[in-house]
Amino acid sequence: MFSYYLELALRSLRRSPGLTALMVLAIGFGVAASMTTWSVFRAVSGDPIPWKSSQLFVPQIDNWGPNGRSSDGEPPNAMGYTDAMALMRDHRAKRQSAMYQISPSVVPAEVGKHPLNVSGHAVYGEFFPMLDVPFKYGSGWSASDDTNRATVVVISGKLNQKLFGGASSVGKTVNIEGKDYRVVGVLDDWNPQPRFYDVVNTGGFSTTGDDVFLPFLTAIQTSMPNDGNTNCNAVPEESGFVGLQHSECVWIAYMAELDGAAAATAYRNYLNDYAREQQQAGRFRWAPNSRLRNLPQWLDNQHVVPSDTKVSLLVALGLLLVCLVNTVGLLLAKFLRRSGEIGVRRALGAQRAAIYAQFLTEAGIVGLAGGVLGLLLTGAGVASVGWVLPRDIAALARVDVSLLLLTLLVAVVATMLAGLYPTFRASRVQPAWQLKSN
Amino acid sequence: MKLHPILAALRKHKAGTVLIALQIALTLAIVCNAVFIIGQRIDRVNRITGLDESNLFLVSQQWVGAPNADSADGVEKLDTMQREDLAALRQLPDVASVAPINSLPLLNSSWTGSVSHKPGAQLSGKDNTRTAYYFTDEQMLSTLGVRLVAGRAFNAGDVQHQGFRDQRDRPIAIITRQLADKLFPKGDAVGKVMYTDGSNAPTTIIGVVARLQIPSTSSQGNDFAWYSTLIPTRLDANFARYAVRTKPGRLDAAMRAVAPTLYKVNPMRVLDDDSVKPFSDIRARAYRADVGMAILMGVICLILLCVTAAGIVGLTSFWVGQRHRQIGVRRALGARKVDILHYFQIENLLIVGVGVAIGVLLALGLNLWLMSHYEMTRIPLPYVLTGVLAMLAIGQAAVFVPARRASNVPPVVATRAA
Repeated sequence: MFSYYLELALRSLRRSPGLTALMVLAIGFGVAASMTTWSVFRAVSGDPIPWKSSQLFVPQIDNWGPNGRSSDGEPPNAMGYTDAMALMRDHRAKRQSAMYQISPSVVPAEVGKHPLNVSGHAVYGEFFPMLDVPFKYGSGWSASDDTNRATVVVISGKLNQKLFGGASSVGKTVNIEGKDYRVVGVLDDWNPQPRFYDVVNTGGFSTTGDDVFLPFLTAIQTSMPNDGNTNCNAVPEESGFVGLQHSECVWIAYMAELDGAAAATAYRNYLNDYAREQQQAGRFRWAPNSRLRNLPQWLDNQHVVPSDTKVSLLVALGLLLVCLVNTVGLLLAKFLRRSGEIGVRRALGAQRAAIYAQFLTEAGIVGLAGGVLGLLLTGAGVASVGWVLPRDIAALARVDVSLLLLTLLVAVVATMLAGLYPTFRASRVQPAWQLKSN
Repeated sequence: MKLHPILAALRKHKAGTVLIALQIALTLAIVCNAVFIIGQRIDRVNRITGLDESNLFLVSQQWVGAPNADSADGVEKLDTMQREDLAALRQLPDVASVAPINSLPLLNSSWTGSVSHKPGAQLSGKDNTRTAYYFTDEQMLSTLGVRLVAGRAFNAGDVQHQGFRDQRDRPIAIITRQLADKLFPKGDAVGKVMYTDGSNAPTTIIGVVARLQIPSTSSQGNDFAWYSTLIPTRLDANFARYAVRTKPGRLDAAMRAVAPTLYKVNPMRVLDDDSVKPFSDIRARAYRADVGMAILMGVICLILLCVTAAGIVGLTSFWVGQRHRQIGVRRALGARKVDILHYFQIENLLIVGVGVAIGVLLALGLNLWLMSHYEMTRIPLPYVLTGVLAMLAIGQAAVFVPARRASNVPPVVATRAA
């Protein structure tokens, strides 16, 4: 029976090629616009570390007081040196790391090669196991390396390729800012998007990954300046990088790993106790106003997904809606034009269900054709987003099997939904009336 | 022409009528807001930086193994290195002038603070005015191409130097006219005193420039986009930025000469692909997202309007076909061709009219919703009115072809069996 309906549908669609083309085009464009914007949205709103994101937490300490809070009462979104060091010393989480963004120069060993600039982070050794960072060679460094301010470094696979031709460089030295560091680990391909461990400084997305990771205290000791944002509620009293460390300026990112709700509650209490201690000591002149958010909540709070991406997705979905309303109207016109044919079929004994099957098949074919057109247009759309979107974000949008299947599915399901009302009307055609009027 | 027969006919086509009206309403709502977004983005991109943007490029470079900027000794060494670079660049044949500067308008790196009439004010206090600082030297005006409108420019004797993170008094400054008007509404800012970043030491305003945008293009910067303050100080750190104005038409040649020249002064430095870039690149990068959003919205609007217009053509064609015989009867009874044409045009006007009435409400509702969830302002009425007129015009244009086909139905059709 289905092949019969298929044949009927094709014949009917061929009979009015203009109307058919119109419907297919509308569905194709509507689906393609939605899927293209969806591919971007999906890329930027994804969970960068889904297996662990609910165990990773970002604490915030209010070291600025009521005058420094944002309008919704939020404390600063980064930490000052004093608080970051206190939290590291207390070491209350399973794993934790303070970190700051650096941008040192690396001098290649080869004579005649110009120095190059790399971006990276100064972190604690627990950073690597906490974030499940994959290593190609070697590993991270130990807690004693942290406290001894060891001159060790973990480099990216990309930098390893550039400096050592891709072979294991563990044990070799790299000259960073004129000082030799021993390579202890080389990262495998690791480029999480958004760059969740420090969204404040990276703005969430960046095409250039971190190339070097140094021990935090080593970087502080060699006064390697921070490259990211520095926010101050007052001008530091002392000059220089040391002055920054003694000030209440915020420039350090912090992440802690906590297993389970009980651990999170305990840590939250700890943060409040810490703030209360500072209040008693006279450093804070206000009640504790700490925050502890897990990673998904933090990414949401920091508006990592650009609002442009959301607005475009909404507008594209609006376009799809209009295309569907359009399709409902055109299918209605198309089906009711064949009232005579329906009347004859009904008079010859066809059930309403048969009419439903026939016309939904026709709608499905229109949807499928629209979906195929939509696939092509989505491909073109995703390929050209690099042309209209910021490079860091556009690079993330890609076509994959799930996107292709979704495109077809949305096209067919949406068109069949759009065909429901016209089909309903077609099935209500009174055979007697039609036969009489003919 | 009486409306009664049109309304009576529409009542027979409730579903089709409602669908067209709904489509018109949704289209109007989306298009109004999308065009409003486009307009906002275009306004942003067209903001005037105050610079003479042609023949201007920026060098950002970093020294390797540079002296520590936290020690007085290191600062002096870094300053010597910076002055050597400046001298070398200024001697290039294609270069007109060079100024050290910590940032440029539209560049993603800024130093912001606040200025006040009173000494010792809190940095984030409510009565302070936010500002962005440019630390530069006496060649700033000619290099950036900014126009001085009052007072005097910096001279070589004014220029100090300090470590990047050092705190130092700022005896004099040049500010923009917009900041001057904010602080001294009477227009007599030159010679007056202000206090920067809650300092107790006064800063005398020695000059006012016509316009100079702050570096940040983010929404947080919108409130003080023109409130720039220029300080005659070279900042010394392990990195430095130089703004370079070339002789007319010599931009490419001058840019090519930079890397060899600076490497000759001192090879221990980082100069990569990103280190030397023309201002046009800085501008393009700063507004890429805005231009992209405008293009995207434009494409979606275009598709939307085409789909809606095509939908109207399709449905009206269907109606014309359906009423073929009735049209013949009307013609046979004496209706002129133009009466039939007008019939369909007025019918379309009615449906589209109802559609836009609902659409205006939807557009305002959508705008309110966007305002509550995203950074969006109230949509101005002209946008909505233009949208309404555009929808009416599109409706009439779309209905014209099928309506004319209807008007060409010969009266003889009435005599034939259907």
